[in-house]
Amino acid sequence: MDLSQFERVSDYEWRIAPFGRMRVPAVIYADKALLLEMDQKVYEQITNVAMLPGIVKAAYAMPDAHWGYGFPIGGVAAFDPGEGGVISAGGVGFDISCGVRTLHTGLKAADLAPIKQKLADRLFAQIPAGVGSTGRLRLDAAEMDAMLRGGAQWAVKRGYGTEADLNRTEEHGRMPGAEPDKVSEHAKHRQRDEVGTLGSGNHYLELQEIVEIYDAEAAERFRLHPGEVVVSIHCGSRGLGHQIGTEFLKQMVIAAPGYGIQLPDRELACAPLDSPLGQDYLGAMRAGVNCALANRQVITHLTREVFTEILPGSHLTLIYDVSHNTCKQEQHTVDGKPRTLFVHRKGATRAFGPGHPALPQDLRDVGQPVLIGGSMGTASYVLVGTAQGMERSFGSACHGAGRAMSRHQATRQWHGSDLVRELASQGILIRSPSLRGVAEEAPGAYKDVSAVVEAADRAGLARKVAKLKPLACIKG
Amino acid sequence: MVNAYWEHFPHQADIGVRGVGPTLAAAFEQAALAMTAVTTDLALVAPAESVEIACEAPDDELLLVDWLNGLILEMATRRMLFSRFAVTLGGHRLRATAWGEPVDVARHQPAVEIKGATYTELKVGKTETGLWFAQCVVDV
Repeated sequence: MDLSQFERVSDYEWRIAPFGRMRVPAVIYADKALLLEMDQKVYEQITNVAMLPGIVKAAYAMPDAHWGYGFPIGGVAAFDPGEGGVISAGGVGFDISCGVRTLHTGLKAADLAPIKQKLADRLFAQIPAGVGSTGRLRLDAAEMDAMLRGGAQWAVKRGYGTEADLNRTEEHGRMPGAEPDKVSEHAKHRQRDEVGTLGSGNHYLELQEIVEIYDAEAAERFRLHPGEVVVSIHCGSRGLGHQIGTEFLKQMVIAAPGYGIQLPDRELACAPLDSPLGQDYLGAMRAGVNCALANRQVITHLTREVFTEILPGSHLTLIYDVSHNTCKQEQHTVDGKPRTLFVHRKGATRAFGPGHPALPQDLRDVGQPVLIGGSMGTASYVLVGTAQGMERSFGSACHGAGRAMSRHQATRQWHGSDLVRELASQGILIRSPSLRGVAEEAPGAYKDVSAVVEAADRAGLARKVAKLKPLACIKG
Repeated sequence: MVNAYWEHFPHQADIGVRGVGPTLAAAFEQAALAMTAVTTDLALVAPAESVEIACEAPDDELLLVDWLNGLILEMATRRMLFSRFAVTLGGHRLRATAWGEPVDVARHQPAVEIKGATYTELKVGKTETGLWFAQCVVDV
């Protein structure tokens, strides 16, 4: 991207003053190298977001921003319903509430070594992954609605987890205001037997070793110690979320002119928050959030079953569960005044700072754990939310690395079987139903997650706590 | 001269599908082939069973997205892959038959599940040589 398009606020903050129909400025948090690499589409999309009605303060792009659908992936924008603010299906994305959760295993990397192969094989066998896979549960209409209302709380009531898991999940595992009636039969049909499945693409379940600590105090509070093994699960709301996104995107495209909304890009389709369509989407999207929370909770249960089978008495405890494709109603202080806003985070992680009432009591004074997933074979990170981040990005940070090259380019450059061998020689086991899928997700096809995390830290969005290195990866 | 074909075009995170043909219906059929090819090798999918799909939309571009999303729904709920399509168009209404078979992970090696067809790079029109084309990015 051409840097002359920006006003440099600091080494990590680049501002675009409002022009044309922009209502607020646009701000990109990144270092110079990341910004230079960023697609020009991010500039177009983030300035388009700044044109939407009711947007507050600024449209933000995180250090991992890339070309998305209407919103850039890595986009954050808050809207005030009292000022004609909108909700956008594209601003949430197709995979509603896609996110990451990380669990302690209580194991040291050295303890894992002799059982790693077996554990990877059993996790791959027990956790459905990839195209066409189905879960162990098949939900009838009543159970589907109960799941969509209850989220991870529903899963825990059915025996898939504990109250302690809920305490470490955003919204205590259940997004209030979900309206299963606003979710179509098609969407429910798509989900009927997909609860507890990983999906495909960049979704995974990974065994990781904590290899570096940057913030000893926060790491101690999150109980992260070098040499210990954790499990991270990255997946979302599966077919149900995708179908909700598809259907509401179309409805919003058709309805926008009627609401007097001029769309700079059709994909930015949105509806006023206080309109019937906006409210319907909100109800359906919140049901999608619950679906994702239930999904990650059930996968957690399956993971625990495998651990217990191989290591009787093992105890996996949840560190935290974050969602990075959402729109949430939150209180934020803007120009010294408290306001109720609807914050869209498309490929951006909520990163609440210390003292926030939404955080679990035992972590409230330190801040929210922010889990940043790498790509297959690359590092992941744990960060912590900061007070500065609340000011700078409505308490939001990056979500991952973001692709550096297309899937097609990746398959021309790498073969799945070579990658599996190469990673195995580095001590990273890959288990996947599709070698082509492995090639498409080659580590080299992604940007350097470390640079992204460093920029998020330096920009003050969230603070680095620990680095995780992959040991085994179950790919969808 | 080949006057009906499909191709992929790059998108940073996802992938673009483009169908080209002598008629709009043929371009829609080719776009569907391009979409299956995102997931697997078309030659591996036997056109053994058929499924009927119908949709309508206010314009041709929205109709393309509806058509592809209709197929994605069938792929997801029936756990099938499709390799042959017959589309008929009347106004902004589409009726189609898709032929395919249930997913066989070992044989098809499906690379990635398609979440939805999007409005990104969505275009339907005529090429300089007078052929129809229909394209958009699909989210995977």
